[in-house]
Amino acid sequence: MNLDWSDDELAFRQEVREFFAENLTDELRSAGTWMTSVYADHERSLAWQRILHKRGWVAPAWPVEHGGAGWSVAQRYIFARERAAAGAPPVSPMGIAMCGPAIIGHGNDWQKAHFLPRMLSGEHFWCQGYSEPGAGSDLAALQMRAEDDGDALVCTGQKIWNTHADVANWGFFLVRTSRLERLQQGITFLLVDMTTPGVTVRPIVSPAGEHIQNEIFFDQVRVPKANVVGAIDNGWTVAKYLLEFERGGSAYAPDLQVRLDQIEAAARTVAVGDGMLADDAAFVRRLALARIRLAAFETYEFRAMAGPALSGASASVMKVLGTELQQHVTELGLLVAGRYGMAYQPQAGMPGGQVSLPHAHGTFVGPRQAAVAPLRYLNERAGSIYAGSNEIQRNIIAKTLRL
Amino acid sequence: MDFSLSGEQQQLRDSVRGWLKSHHGFEHRRAISRSESGWDAATWTAFADDLGILSLADIAVPHDAVTVMVVMEELGEALITVPFLETVVTGAAVLRAAGGEAAQALSDGIIAGDVRLALAWAEPDTRYGWQPRTTRAVREGNGWRLDGLKSVVVGAPWATHLIVSALTDTGTSLFVVAPDAIGVSLMSYPTIDGRRAADVRFEGVVLSGDALLGEEGAALPVLERVGDISIAAMGAEAVGVMRRMLADTIEYTGQRKQFGQPIASFQVLQHRMVDMFMQIEMATSAVYLATLRLEAEPAERARAASVAKVTIGEACRFVGQNAVQLHGGMGMTDDAAVSHYFKRATVIEGEFGTTDHHVERFISVAG
Amino acid sequence: MDLLIDADDLAFVDEARIFFERDYPRDIIDKARAGIVLTRDDHVRAQQALQARGWLGVGWPAEHGGPGWTPVRRYLFEQELERAGALSIIPMAVIYIGPIVCAFGTPEQQAHWLPDILESRAMWAQGYSEPESGSDLASLAMTATRDGDDFILQGSKIWTSGAHWADWIFCLVRTEKTARKQDGISMICVDMRTPGVEVRPIITMDGSHELNQVRFDAVRVPATNLIGEEGRGWYYANVLLSAERVSYAHVGRKRADLAALAVLGEERLGANNGFRQRLARAGIMLDVVEISVLRVLTGDAEPAAVSGLKIACTQLAQEITALWVELAGRDRSALVDRSAAGWSAQAPAVPGFAVTRTASYLFERAQTIYGGSTEVQKTIVWRHLARGGALGRRA
Repeated sequence: MNLDWSDDELAFRQEVREFFAENLTDELRSAGTWMTSVYADHERSLAWQRILHKRGWVAPAWPVEHGGAGWSVAQRYIFARERAAAGAPPVSPMGIAMCGPAIIGHGNDWQKAHFLPRMLSGEHFWCQGYSEPGAGSDLAALQMRAEDDGDALVCTGQKIWNTHADVANWGFFLVRTSRLERLQQGITFLLVDMTTPGVTVRPIVSPAGEHIQNEIFFDQVRVPKANVVGAIDNGWTVAKYLLEFERGGSAYAPDLQVRLDQIEAAARTVAVGDGMLADDAAFVRRLALARIRLAAFETYEFRAMAGPALSGASASVMKVLGTELQQHVTELGLLVAGRYGMAYQPQAGMPGGQVSLPHAHGTFVGPRQAAVAPLRYLNERAGSIYAGSNEIQRNIIAKTLRL
Repeated sequence: MDFSLSGEQQQLRDSVRGWLKSHHGFEHRRAISRSESGWDAATWTAFADDLGILSLADIAVPHDAVTVMVVMEELGEALITVPFLETVVTGAAVLRAAGGEAAQALSDGIIAGDVRLALAWAEPDTRYGWQPRTTRAVREGNGWRLDGLKSVVVGAPWATHLIVSALTDTGTSLFVVAPDAIGVSLMSYPTIDGRRAADVRFEGVVLSGDALLGEEGAALPVLERVGDISIAAMGAEAVGVMRRMLADTIEYTGQRKQFGQPIASFQVLQHRMVDMFMQIEMATSAVYLATLRLEAEPAERARAASVAKVTIGEACRFVGQNAVQLHGGMGMTDDAAVSHYFKRATVIEGEFGTTDHHVERFISVAG
Repeated sequence: MDLLIDADDLAFVDEARIFFERDYPRDIIDKARAGIVLTRDDHVRAQQALQARGWLGVGWPAEHGGPGWTPVRRYLFEQELERAGALSIIPMAVIYIGPIVCAFGTPEQQAHWLPDILESRAMWAQGYSEPESGSDLASLAMTATRDGDDFILQGSKIWTSGAHWADWIFCLVRTEKTARKQDGISMICVDMRTPGVEVRPIITMDGSHELNQVRFDAVRVPATNLIGEEGRGWYYANVLLSAERVSYAHVGRKRADLAALAVLGEERLGANNGFRQRLARAGIMLDVVEISVLRVLTGDAEPAAVSGLKIACTQLAQEITALWVELAGRDRSALVDRSAAGWSAQAPAVPGFAVTRTASYLFERAQTIYGGSTEVQKTIVWRHLARGGALGRRA
């Protein structure tokens, strides 16, 4: 047992560092550093994806034969850590991290050949459509209909919480093709061209004023059966596979380490009485407790990625602890911001979508970190709600505790 | 010992609530906060003319803390944007401490609905300390010359008068400054709770002699007391904000069905809402304590205010976060009232001192 | 609305303070302070001292020998008692069954039991919980079957505090199987010397013997020992409870603890910020709890808030014991028999508080379990909220 990187892994780290140093422009670095949520600015994120694509590094977890980097979990972890440290924007997860693995795992040869290269290049930008107004935590209750009509499925219904659907040209959806005894049966995993007639996207504005989420309405939308991933009525299998991926697919700790460093650096610039906040006993203690939590959590992530599986629910454990730690880190950010955290200044950050609430433009007051802090705090509240709320995750974990 | 309200206080509460219910719904609030100026003239006028609650700023009579508490709780529940706290509570408390004709004239102006105040106290480097560091007023002829920068002055873009703390030769002093005076510049912006604030710069602002409020160099204890008065009132507002969040959450979880039943039938959610309720009850007690100790000697008053601020701050966070959580994705939208209440709760948590700040203050005054 | 204490009450506080200094057995206070395990006789003498002043039957009406205090005065009395380090009144007889007998007992029952309680000639135990009825108390199964002028009791009670000291026990028993399980419950008092009553000790994790299991095997009890009407036991057990729900607050004791922690903390840890902050937070919580208790006593709080307050009080009590253990550091590990004076010689290098407070830390885990566990209380509070209690308003 040891916690050290091997020589090969260290060499890999060096390679990654050099790549970032050479390719990351200030503008891209800013897009990564001043994100206000887990979603980066769309244009810059895509620009960075194209740079990664040239190097073959867009999809760390995909096998090489499909155009992925084919990295080990350790390499992926190192890459994530270096990405965070360098301030590079993350690649949107909907295609690369979610739909891609579904197609690789359950798609046919044509789907792999057609969609995967376009996903990597960014030509296809993806959104996800699982939840519906009446099917959130109870996802299997989804009702959007897809009726068989020769070589096509005709879709009618509504999806909600569709991240980046306003800029996506493709989406993957769960639709109901049959009413069977178990709700989980009769669901189909479907890829939809968002420009198909009958598809309407409506914005949802977040408390931080950002338009990242959407609702999607389907009115008699004809989708070729060739776009069904896996078998008709067997979409739940694909979705479950993907949900596991969504929950445990990426590590939280790399970004959190960097965020805590940023918070500590910011606290060094904030005066309290005759000293600095970074030396204030109460703050020092809070930061130390957060670092302690993170150290334990990161080790858990190492254990999970080193396999074999820790428990049937380790993905859920990671989702709960990871998002709650992420939320806590934004609380510390807000603490450092002090009264400047009351100001609404999205112009100081790089939000992941259009901002629709009134705000000043151009310049901003106070430290930039303070301007971004409340936006991160508000946006991160979603962490314990999306991808299966933390209450649902705890239910999943509870099932594994029974002997 | 008595925790009951007088008949008058109950009547006032009912009429304030009734008016807000019929005139200040969520859509009104949202439209106002999205407007260019964010200014809700109709509500302010009604406060002056129909409800008469701006008369709580009358400095000819002592501060009526319990009545203010009753009103603030209602204003919190309706999530008003107008600067009642800034003007009628904080501002009037400064005027009351200063006394004199100029202060009385401003007080009369508030009651008539013409004067709105904003207290410019914090600076980029003072965090939550009352003492200014760089804002300075020097005597010039019969008057003063003011220079400095104040940060996040809540309500400044709506204010007819700023009250500015500044260092003078003998200590900290307070001045009344017109926002449109030569040398005053406001960099205005919305706050995250949809209100308005500004960073205010003073460059060679010439003030007449009567701009000085109260005794020169004696403002620090005044500001400490004004802060405690403001904490008590803001705490009452927070209780209103939180009660509404809990009520909305109970209602939402009672209607929202998943797995074939209202999600409020799940015990884990029931107990979460109970935890929210208990925090609100503790916050209510803490607000009583701070309110009823405002006239105690300074250390005891400060202790009670810090107890209240810590209790309220933690309750605001817990109740706010969980109200959003139990609303699920809906709680994360601008369309849901709860997200707006949560943002106000978040601002309250950070105003007049964080939890850490007040735990330290409690230690220093409790001995 | 005000926090003023009126002149009579202020005078009473002085009177109580002098009483505890002058007329209360000093040796018992000293013994408690020294952490020596108290005997039954210690408690008897302590309560007799209170009764000598007419201050024992705190919640009882004056015609039955109580002092007839207002809730606020009673609260002030408890503050002074705890401030002085005097022993808390053992609640089973004086606080729990006494007021029930005053309200619902026959004149014969009152004459038979109440004087012995006030004079501390009889100690009582409470027989509510059963091995299979804890949180779900109303499911209790111990039966009382009518047999002529008697009832025959069969069953078992558990977690019975002080049953090994008790002369009497008041029990909730099932006299009838009814559709609503609460309706078939009656309350009956049993002389502990009756044949068929057997007490078995339960040793708690701090090593002490306070709890017991009490078994009843064909125990014959005269029907005249039944309280009130058959089938109304659940009502009697609950109706007077609201006044007693805040008796667990122990604000005075908590305040004394925090003061001692501050002094000792300074001594042992210097200006350790983490400890100071935690202590301050407990102090803040105590100020808030105190106002909440006073609100309940003066009728300001909603019923839901009263149940909620039990949770807050007991959690704070546990946090205070945790602060003591934090302060003890490594010294927490000493486990010592404290039945006799001079016990500290068994671990001479360990400060006495570390031994006694670690034992409290262990024992007081029970606070959030007994008297309706925290989880059960939350369910009670939820019922209020679901009926629209959240936006309830003060009158």
